[in-house]
Amino acid sequence: MLKKPEKTFYKKFAQLNGCCYICNHLVANYMRRDVFRAIAYPSPRAYPVSYSGHGPNALAEHFDSARQAVSKYIMILTECEVVTQKQFNPEKMEEADIWLERFRKMWENRFDQLDSLLKDL
Amino acid sequence: MTNNFLFEKDLAAKKIHVVREFSAPVEKVWKAWTDPDILEKWWGPKPWIAKTKSMDFTVGGTWQYFMEGPEGQKHWCYVTFIAIEDGSRFAADSAFSDENGNITPGAPVGHWDNKFIASGDKTKVLVDLTFDSETSIKMLVEMGFEGGFTMGLNQLEELLASE
Repeated sequence: MLKKPEKTFYKKFAQLNGCCYICNHLVANYMRRDVFRAIAYPSPRAYPVSYSGHGPNALAEHFDSARQAVSKYIMILTECEVVTQKQFNPEKMEEADIWLERFRKMWENRFDQLDSLLKDL
Repeated sequence: MTNNFLFEKDLAAKKIHVVREFSAPVEKVWKAWTDPDILEKWWGPKPWIAKTKSMDFTVGGTWQYFMEGPEGQKHWCYVTFIAIEDGSRFAADSAFSDENGNITPGAPVGHWDNKFIASGDKTKVLVDLTFDSETSIKMLVEMGFEGGFTMGLNQLEELLASE
Protein backbone atom coordinates (compact mmCIF):
# COMPACT_ATOMS: atom_id res chain seq x y z
CA MET A 1 0.00 0.00 0.00
CA LEU A 2 1.31 3.37 -0.95
CA LYS A 3 1.69 6.02 1.64
CA LYS A 4 1.92 9.67 1.07
CA PRO A 5 4.83 11.39 2.68
CA GLU A 6 4.07 13.50 5.66
CA LYS A 7 3.50 17.15 5.25
CA THR A 8 6.80 18.03 6.78
CA PHE A 9 8.45 16.21 3.93
CA TYR A 10 6.97 18.59 1.42
CA LYS A 11 7.72 21.54 3.57
CA LYS A 12 11.28 20.54 4.07
CA PHE A 13 11.95 19.88 0.43
CA ALA A 14 10.03 22.89 -0.74
CA GLN A 15 12.65 24.95 0.99
CA LEU A 16 15.31 23.50 -1.22
CA ASN A 17 15.33 25.24 -4.51
CA GLY A 18 14.67 22.99 -7.42
CA CYS A 19 13.84 19.91 -5.41
CA CYS A 20 11.35 17.30 -6.35
CA TYR A 21 10.19 13.91 -5.27
CA ILE A 22 11.05 10.68 -6.80
CA CYS A 23 8.71 7.86 -6.07
CA ASN A 24 10.13 4.64 -4.93
CA HIS A 25 7.48 2.48 -6.48
CA LEU A 26 7.53 4.17 -9.85
CA VAL A 27 10.15 1.92 -11.27
CA ALA A 28 8.17 -1.22 -10.60
CA ASN A 29 4.67 0.01 -11.37
CA TYR A 30 4.77 3.07 -13.53
CA MET A 31 7.51 2.78 -16.11
CA ARG A 32 5.89 5.31 -18.31
CA ARG A 33 6.31 8.92 -19.15
CA ASP A 34 3.42 10.29 -17.22
CA VAL A 35 4.27 13.27 -15.13
CA PHE A 36 1.07 13.01 -13.12
CA ARG A 37 1.88 9.50 -12.07
CA ALA A 38 5.36 10.59 -11.24
CA ILE A 39 4.19 13.17 -8.77
CA ALA A 40 0.85 11.75 -7.66
CA TYR A 41 2.09 8.82 -5.65
CA PRO A 42 5.07 9.82 -3.68
CA SER A 43 6.39 7.07 -1.49
CA PRO A 44 7.65 7.63 2.03
CA ARG A 45 11.09 7.50 0.60
CA ALA A 46 11.69 10.67 -1.32
CA TYR A 47 14.80 12.04 -2.89
CA PRO A 48 15.49 15.67 -3.42
CA VAL A 49 17.27 16.37 -6.65
CA SER A 50 18.83 19.74 -6.62
CA TYR A 51 19.79 21.51 -9.77
CA SER A 52 23.17 22.31 -8.37
CA GLY A 53 24.37 18.99 -9.57
CA HIS A 54 24.06 16.19 -7.05
CA GLY A 55 24.66 13.16 -9.16
CA PRO A 56 23.16 9.73 -8.51
CA ASN A 57 26.20 8.75 -6.47
CA ALA A 58 25.85 11.55 -3.99
CA LEU A 59 22.11 11.03 -3.72
CA ALA A 60 22.46 7.33 -3.20
CA GLU A 61 24.93 7.88 -0.42
CA HIS A 62 22.81 10.51 1.20
CA PHE A 63 19.63 8.46 1.17
CA ASP A 64 21.18 5.09 1.69
CA SER A 65 19.86 3.70 -1.58
CA ALA A 66 21.40 1.87 -4.44
CA ARG A 67 22.92 4.15 -7.05
CA GLN A 68 21.17 2.19 -9.74
CA ALA A 69 17.78 2.83 -8.14
CA VAL A 70 18.43 6.55 -7.91
CA SER A 71 19.59 6.64 -11.51
CA LYS A 72 16.37 4.94 -12.56
CA TYR A 73 14.22 7.48 -10.73
CA ILE A 74 16.11 10.33 -12.26
CA MET A 75 15.72 8.76 -15.65
CA ILE A 76 11.95 8.47 -15.21
CA LEU A 77 11.62 11.99 -13.92
CA THR A 78 13.72 13.24 -16.77
CA GLU A 79 11.44 11.46 -19.20
CA CYS A 80 8.48 13.08 -17.47
CA GLU A 81 10.35 16.35 -17.70
CA VAL A 82 9.88 16.81 -13.97
CA VAL A 83 13.58 17.31 -13.78
CA THR A 84 16.05 18.50 -16.31
CA GLN A 85 19.49 17.10 -16.07
CA LYS A 86 22.05 19.73 -16.64
CA GLN A 87 25.53 18.46 -16.15
CA PHE A 88 27.16 21.79 -16.06
CA ASN A 89 30.08 22.46 -13.82
CA PRO A 90 31.28 26.03 -14.25
CA GLU A 91 34.41 25.59 -12.16
CA LYS A 92 35.52 22.69 -14.27
CA MET A 93 34.86 24.53 -17.49
CA GLU A 94 36.74 27.54 -16.28
CA GLU A 95 39.70 25.49 -15.23
CA ALA A 96 39.80 23.70 -18.56
CA ASP A 97 39.65 27.03 -20.34
CA ILE A 98 42.58 28.41 -18.39
CA TRP A 99 44.72 25.42 -19.21
CA LEU A 100 43.70 25.44 -22.83
CA GLU A 101 44.47 29.11 -23.11
CA ARG A 102 47.94 28.46 -21.75
CA PHE A 103 48.31 25.59 -24.13
CA ARG A 104 47.30 27.86 -26.98
CA LYS A 105 49.84 30.50 -25.96
CA MET A 106 52.46 27.82 -25.79
CA TRP A 107 51.76 26.90 -29.37
CA GLU A 108 51.80 30.50 -30.45
CA ASN A 109 55.19 30.90 -28.85
CA ARG A 110 56.48 27.76 -30.45
CA PHE A 111 55.30 28.77 -33.90
CA ASP A 112 56.75 32.24 -33.61
CA GLN A 113 60.11 30.66 -32.95
CA LEU A 114 59.68 28.46 -35.95
CA ASP A 115 58.84 31.53 -38.05
CA SER A 116 62.14 33.21 -37.34
CA LEU A 117 63.98 29.96 -37.86
CA LEU A 118 62.43 29.37 -41.26
CA LYS A 119 63.70 32.73 -42.45
CA ASP A 120 67.27 31.55 -41.97
CA LEU A 121 66.88 28.09 -43.42
CA MET B 1 49.00 38.79 -37.48
CA THR B 2 48.82 37.31 -40.92
CA ASN B 3 49.79 33.77 -40.11
CA ASN B 4 46.17 32.55 -39.82
CA PHE B 5 46.65 30.93 -36.47
CA LEU B 6 43.68 28.82 -35.53
CA PHE B 7 43.23 27.00 -32.25
CA GLU B 8 40.08 24.97 -31.79
CA LYS B 9 39.23 22.79 -28.87
CA ASP B 10 36.73 20.05 -28.56
CA LEU B 11 36.84 19.01 -24.93
CA ALA B 12 34.16 16.39 -25.33
CA ALA B 13 36.24 14.66 -27.95
CA LYS B 14 39.47 15.45 -26.04
CA LYS B 15 40.78 16.99 -29.18
CA ILE B 16 42.69 20.11 -30.15
CA HIS B 17 42.93 21.33 -33.68
CA VAL B 18 45.64 23.83 -34.57
CA VAL B 19 46.23 25.46 -37.93
CA ARG B 20 49.10 27.76 -38.74
CA GLU B 21 50.50 29.19 -41.93
CA PHE B 22 54.23 29.65 -42.45
CA SER B 23 55.96 31.85 -44.99
CA ALA B 24 58.19 29.13 -46.31
CA PRO B 25 57.87 26.34 -48.86
CA VAL B 26 56.59 23.02 -47.63
CA GLU B 27 59.98 21.31 -47.95
CA LYS B 28 61.50 23.70 -45.45
CA VAL B 29 58.62 23.47 -43.01
CA TRP B 30 58.62 19.70 -43.23
CA LYS B 31 62.34 19.67 -42.50
CA ALA B 32 61.88 21.95 -39.50
CA TRP B 33 59.41 19.45 -38.03
CA THR B 34 61.32 16.29 -38.78
CA ASP B 35 65.01 17.14 -38.56
CA PRO B 36 66.02 16.96 -34.88
CA ASP B 37 68.70 19.64 -35.25
CA ILE B 38 66.12 22.17 -36.38
CA LEU B 39 63.23 20.79 -34.37
CA GLU B 40 64.91 21.29 -31.03
CA LYS B 41 65.58 24.91 -31.85
CA TRP B 42 61.89 25.80 -31.79
CA TRP B 43 59.99 22.97 -30.10
CA GLY B 44 60.59 24.21 -26.58
CA PRO B 45 58.46 27.25 -25.78
CA LYS B 46 60.83 29.82 -24.33
CA PRO B 47 62.49 29.68 -21.91
CA TRP B 48 62.27 25.91 -22.21
CA ILE B 49 64.68 24.20 -24.56
CA ALA B 50 64.16 20.87 -26.23
CA LYS B 51 67.21 18.62 -26.34
CA THR B 52 67.32 15.42 -28.34
CA LYS B 53 68.81 12.21 -27.06
CA SER B 54 67.96 10.24 -30.16
CA MET B 55 65.66 10.47 -33.13
CA ASP B 56 64.77 7.93 -35.75
CA PHE B 57 62.24 9.44 -38.09
CA THR B 58 60.84 6.23 -39.53
CA VAL B 59 57.56 4.44 -38.90
CA GLY B 60 58.01 2.71 -35.55
CA GLY B 61 61.03 4.86 -34.80
CA THR B 62 61.21 7.17 -31.80
CA TRP B 63 62.24 10.63 -30.77
CA GLN B 64 63.58 10.74 -27.25
CA TYR B 65 64.13 14.21 -25.92
CA PHE B 66 63.77 16.34 -22.86
CA MET B 67 62.58 19.82 -22.18
CA GLU B 68 65.00 21.76 -20.06
CA GLY B 69 63.64 24.56 -17.94
CA PRO B 70 65.36 27.75 -16.86
CA GLU B 71 66.22 26.22 -13.50
CA GLY B 72 67.60 23.05 -14.99
CA GLN B 73 64.36 21.06 -14.68
CA LYS B 74 64.14 18.20 -17.12
CA HIS B 75 61.04 16.58 -18.51
CA TRP B 76 61.70 13.60 -20.70
CA CYS B 77 59.44 12.79 -23.59
CA TYR B 78 59.07 9.69 -25.66
CA VAL B 79 57.60 10.00 -29.12
CA THR B 80 56.82 7.07 -31.40
CA PHE B 81 56.20 7.72 -35.07
CA ILE B 82 53.27 5.69 -36.26
CA ALA B 83 52.72 6.98 -39.79
CA ILE B 84 54.79 8.98 -42.25
CA GLU B 85 53.76 10.25 -45.66
CA ASP B 86 56.91 11.94 -46.78
CA GLY B 87 56.57 15.68 -47.11
CA SER B 88 52.87 15.85 -46.34
CA ARG B 89 51.85 14.10 -43.11
CA PHE B 90 53.08 12.30 -40.07
CA ALA B 91 51.41 10.87 -37.00
CA ALA B 92 52.98 10.14 -33.65
CA ASP B 93 52.18 9.13 -30.08
CA SER B 94 53.79 11.23 -27.41
CA ALA B 95 54.20 10.47 -23.72
CA PHE B 96 56.27 11.53 -20.75
CA SER B 97 59.01 9.13 -19.77
CA ASP B 98 62.21 8.80 -17.83
CA GLU B 99 65.58 9.27 -19.47
CA ASN B 100 65.69 5.62 -20.49
CA GLY B 101 62.46 5.87 -22.43
CA ASN B 102 60.27 4.16 -19.85
CA ILE B 103 56.82 5.71 -20.19
CA THR B 104 55.64 7.38 -16.98
CA PRO B 105 52.63 5.43 -15.70
CA GLY B 106 49.47 7.50 -15.62
CA ALA B 107 51.02 10.35 -17.55
CA PRO B 108 49.14 11.85 -20.46
CA VAL B 109 49.50 10.32 -23.88
CA GLY B 110 48.90 12.54 -26.86
CA HIS B 111 48.19 11.37 -30.37
CA TRP B 112 49.44 13.69 -33.06
CA ASP B 113 48.41 13.93 -36.64
CA ASN B 114 50.24 16.67 -38.52
CA LYS B 115 49.48 17.61 -42.09
CA PHE B 116 51.53 19.91 -44.32
CA ILE B 117 49.81 21.63 -47.20
CA ALA B 118 51.67 23.75 -49.73
CA SER B 119 50.02 26.90 -51.02
CA GLY B 120 52.37 28.78 -53.30
CA ASP B 121 55.48 29.71 -51.36
CA LYS B 122 53.61 29.28 -48.10
CA THR B 123 52.78 26.23 -46.08
CA LYS B 124 49.77 25.47 -43.99
CA VAL B 125 50.26 23.09 -41.10
CA LEU B 126 47.28 21.31 -39.59
CA VAL B 127 47.77 19.68 -36.22
CA ASP B 128 45.24 17.31 -34.71
CA LEU B 129 46.04 16.42 -31.17
CA THR B 130 43.94 13.88 -29.32
CA PHE B 131 44.35 12.97 -25.68
CA ASP B 132 43.53 9.82 -23.81
CA SER B 133 41.82 11.63 -20.97
CA GLU B 134 40.42 15.01 -20.07
CA THR B 135 43.07 15.67 -17.47
CA SER B 136 45.82 15.09 -19.99
CA ILE B 137 45.85 18.61 -21.33
CA LYS B 138 46.18 20.06 -17.88
CA MET B 139 48.90 17.62 -16.93
CA LEU B 140 50.78 18.30 -20.11
CA VAL B 141 50.88 22.01 -19.45
CA GLU B 142 51.64 21.53 -15.76
CA MET B 143 54.43 19.06 -16.21
CA GLY B 144 56.10 20.63 -19.15
CA PHE B 145 55.88 24.31 -18.69
CA GLU B 146 55.23 25.33 -15.15
CA GLY B 147 57.20 28.24 -13.86
CA GLY B 148 58.76 29.36 -17.05
CA PHE B 149 55.55 30.10 -18.76
CA THR B 150 55.07 33.73 -17.88
CA MET B 151 58.58 34.37 -18.97
CA GLY B 152 57.80 32.79 -22.30
CA LEU B 153 54.89 35.12 -22.80
CA ASN B 154 56.99 38.15 -22.08
CA GLN B 155 59.48 37.05 -24.66
CA LEU B 156 56.70 36.61 -27.13
CA GLU B 157 55.55 40.13 -26.51
CA GLU B 158 59.06 41.46 -27.01
CA LEU B 159 59.32 39.53 -30.20
CA LEU B 160 56.05 40.90 -31.47
CA ALA B 161 56.95 44.44 -30.48
CA SER B 162 60.23 44.29 -32.36
CA GLU B 163 58.60 43.23 -35.60
